[in-house]
Amino acid sequence: MTDYEQEAGTAEPAASPASPASPASQTASATPAASASSAVPSSAPSPKAAQHVTPADAADAARLVSLGLHPKLIPARDVEYTELLRRYRDEPAFARLADAVATGLGLVVLEVSTRAGMALAADEDSVFAVRMGDYARRATADSADRFLHGLAHLAVAAMAFPRPEDLADDGYIGRITVNGVDSFVRQACRRLDERAEAEGENTDPATEAPGLEAGWRVYARRSSTGATKDARRLAGSTTGIIAKAVGFLADSGFLQRTGDDAGGTYRTTARYQLQVRDMAGSAAMAELLELGVVPVSDGTASLLPPQDAEGLELAPDAGLPFHS
Amino acid sequence: MTGTSVSSRPPAPGPAADEGLARRLRALACTAPLHDLDTRKANLAGEYSTYEMAELALAAIDHVTLQMDFDTGADHEQIVARLLPRVAAQAPARDSAEHERVARWVLENLLNVGSVDRGFRAVYGTFGPDGVYVRRDYDFKLIEEVPGPGGSVYLRTTDEAVNVLVGALDTDVTSAQIAAEVKLEVLISRGRLADAQLAAEQARYRTVQYAETLRRTLEATRRDVRAVDWLSAVPDMISEALDHVADRYRHENAILTNIRKARDEAASERGPDHKRRAAELVDIVKDCIRRHTQLQSRLLEAGPLFRAEQDRQAFAPPAARAGTDLYGQLLAPVLELEVERASRVTDAFFAGGAGLRTPGAVRMGDLVDLLLTPPAPREHLGAEMPEPDLVATPDDSRFSEAQMESASELLELPADAPRRLSGLLADARRRDPELPYLVALLAVHAASPPVGTAYRQGEERLLFAVDDGTQLDDPEFGGADLIVGTALLDAAGMAADRTEAA
Repeated sequence: MTDYEQEAGTAEPAASPASPASPASQTASATPAASASSAVPSSAPSPKAAQHVTPADAADAARLVSLGLHPKLIPARDVEYTELLRRYRDEPAFARLADAVATGLGLVVLEVSTRAGMALAADEDSVFAVRMGDYARRATADSADRFLHGLAHLAVAAMAFPRPEDLADDGYIGRITVNGVDSFVRQACRRLDERAEAEGENTDPATEAPGLEAGWRVYARRSSTGATKDARRLAGSTTGIIAKAVGFLADSGFLQRTGDDAGGTYRTTARYQLQVRDMAGSAAMAELLELGVVPVSDGTASLLPPQDAEGLELAPDAGLPFHS
Repeated sequence: MTGTSVSSRPPAPGPAADEGLARRLRALACTAPLHDLDTRKANLAGEYSTYEMAELALAAIDHVTLQMDFDTGADHEQIVARLLPRVAAQAPARDSAEHERVARWVLENLLNVGSVDRGFRAVYGTFGPDGVYVRRDYDFKLIEEVPGPGGSVYLRTTDEAVNVLVGALDTDVTSAQIAAEVKLEVLISRGRLADAQLAAEQARYRTVQYAETLRRTLEATRRDVRAVDWLSAVPDMISEALDHVADRYRHENAILTNIRKARDEAASERGPDHKRRAAELVDIVKDCIRRHTQLQSRLLEAGPLFRAEQDRQAFAPPAARAGTDLYGQLLAPVLELEVERASRVTDAFFAGGAGLRTPGAVRMGDLVDLLLTPPAPREHLGAEMPEPDLVATPDDSRFSEAQMESASELLELPADAPRRLSGLLADARRRDPELPYLVALLAVHAASPPVGTAYRQGEERLLFAVDDGTQLDDPEFGGADLIVGTALLDAAGMAADRTEAA
C-alpha cells in the first residue's frame, strides 16, 4: 500500500489547480505538506471529485478497500480508517469509486459503517475466496469430512444467532462455546434419531452407497473428542472440527475469543452477522431450494437458546447439568 | 403358468420379520469387538495368549459404567489402573510394564483409536418392503470420549455397551430394577452374599442407566421448552421418577440395615471372606442411595427450571423484522438430507461464511533474501547461564539398601511366632557385623507401632515390640530384651469401619 500513499502525497497539489473556483479545494491545496507528510489522506470534502476522479481519490478508495481487507482492524482505533469511512459516507462519488475498486478485485461490499468498517466478502472466483480444499486437506478426499467441516460453520452460525431476530438485530452479540456447539448439534441429531426410531425407520445406510447416509448419522457416529498422545485436541473429532472452524472465524475477524472454558468461548462481531445474513445464509438457502427442500418459517424461532448463551453454564437457579 | 412360477420361488420374508432380526443382528454385532480382541491378540508382538482379552474388556466397560455420574465420566488413567490387578492376576509371572501395555491395548481397542470415527461398524442385510435385499452398515461405539471440564477427556459407556453388559436389550428400566431389588432382598435373607453382590451391582448399572435417560430428557427441555411436552408427559415422568426414587430409597435403606446385621454376625459364623463381601455390599448399596439422592435433587429442580425457561423463551417480545432462522430453515433440514446432497448446502454456506483470506504474493528476490538471511539472535532469552558448579554429595547413609533389605527380611516374622530381640540380634550378627544396629533400631521403633497410619492405609500386617521386663544380654547393646512380633490386621473390617465413619 505504500505505493498508493506516495502517489497520494505527490498527486494532491498537482490536482488542486484543476478547479481554482472551489474554496474547499483551496484549503486542500493550502496544506499540501501536511497531507504529504502524514498518512492521513485529504480530509476536506471536495465537490470537484464529483466531476473528476483524480489518482489521489483512486488511491484513497483503494486504501479504504485495503483496510477493509484487514478484518481485525477496528475503525474507531484508526484515524485514517475513520476518516476514509467518513468520506465514503459523505461523498457519493468517492463511495462509487471505492465500490468499483472492490468489485474489480472480486470483492462484495456488505456494509460500510463505523461499527463494521468496510465489510467485504470474497466473490466465488476471487483470489480472496477460501476454498474447502485449502481449509481442510482431508475434506477433498473424504466426503464425510467435507460435510462435517461445512456443517461446523453452519452450526456455529446457528448457535451464535439462534433466533431470526438475532440475525436481524444489528446490536445483537452472540456467544458460543466449542463444546456447546457440539452438544447442540448432537442434541439435534439425537432428536432425529429418536424420530426415525419412532417411525420404525431403518436408518442404517446401504453398504455400497455411503453418500446416501443421512447427515445427522455421520455427525452422531463421529466421536466428540478423543485422547491424543500429545494432549492436543483430536483433529478428526467433532469438537476438533468445530474448534478449527471457530479458530478460522476468529482469524477472519468474525469472532473474538473471550475465554478458555468449555473448549473455548467466543463472541460474534458485527462483520460476522453481516456475513451470515447477507452472504452465507442466502447462498445456502438458495442451494437448499434448488435441492427441492423448502423450509417454511413463520418468522418465529424454532430454536430457543439457553439464557446466558453459554452452552455449558448452568442456569443460576437450576443445578441441572445438561452437558456431560 | 404363473402359478408354477410363484410356487417355485420361495416367498420373500416380510419386513416385519426382518425388523426383529435386524435388531438381534445389531445386538450381536455389539459383542463382536470383544470376541475380536481375543482373535487379534495372537497378532500382537509378544506372547499375549495367556490374557483373556474379552474378560478384560468387559471389566473395563464395568469400571467405566460404575464411574459414570451425572456430570462426568471415567478418567482414562484411572480405568487403566483399575484394570491392572485383573491383568496381573491373569499372568502373574510377567512384568508390570507388560500388564499396563495389555490394559491400554484393551481400552484403546474398545475406543477403536485407529479409526477416524473411533467406533465400530458391522454389516448386515435385510429385505426391504419391496423384497429387495439391502446390505446395511451399523455403526456403534462401546466407550465414547466426551469433553470434561478444563479440556480433559472423559470416558462414558454407550447405551449399546450397557445393554451388552447387562444383557437386557429391550427391557423396561423400571421393572428390571424392581426385579433386581427383590432378588437382592431374597438373596440376603438366605445369606447368599456372593449372589447378592452380583444382584446389587446389576441394580447399580440400572440406576446409572436410569439417570442417563433422565439427563438427556432434561437437556432437551432446556434447549427448547416447546420440544418437550410439559403439559402432561414431563410432569408425569417427573412424578413417576420421584415415586421411583422414594421407593428405591426405602428399599435400599432396608437392605442396608439387613446387610449390616449380616456383616456383623457373619464374622463369627462364616469367616472373614464372608464379612469382606458384606462390607463391599454395604458400599454398593450406599453408592446406589447416593445416586438416587442425586437424581432426586435434579428432579426437584426441574420444575423451577421449566418456569424460568418458559418466561424467557415463550414471553420474549416478537421481532421487529425477521431474519433467516438458521436452525429451523437451514441446519435442521440439512441434517436430515443425505450427505451427498447436504454437502452442497454446507459448501455454499462455507464459501459464503468463512470470510476471506489475502493471498500471499512473493517476489523471487525477496524470497531469496529471506531464505539466505541468518536467523537473528534471540535477545529475549537473556544472558547465558553460567555452568553450575556441582559437587557430588557423599552418600552418608549409615546403612545401605542391601542392609535394610536384609533387616526387613529378618523381621518378617510369622504372626504366631514372635521372637526375642536377643535372638534376632544374634542372627543379624551372623549376616553382617553392622546389621544388629539396624535391627535394634527397628525393634525399638516398633515398641510404639504406627497404628493410626496402618489403620488409615488399610495395611494387613504391623510390626510391634513389647517389653516384658527381661534384661537384654548382649555384648553391644543393653536394655530390655523386647519381644518382637507381627500383628495381623483385619483390613476388611477396618475398611468397613472407615466407610461407615464417613
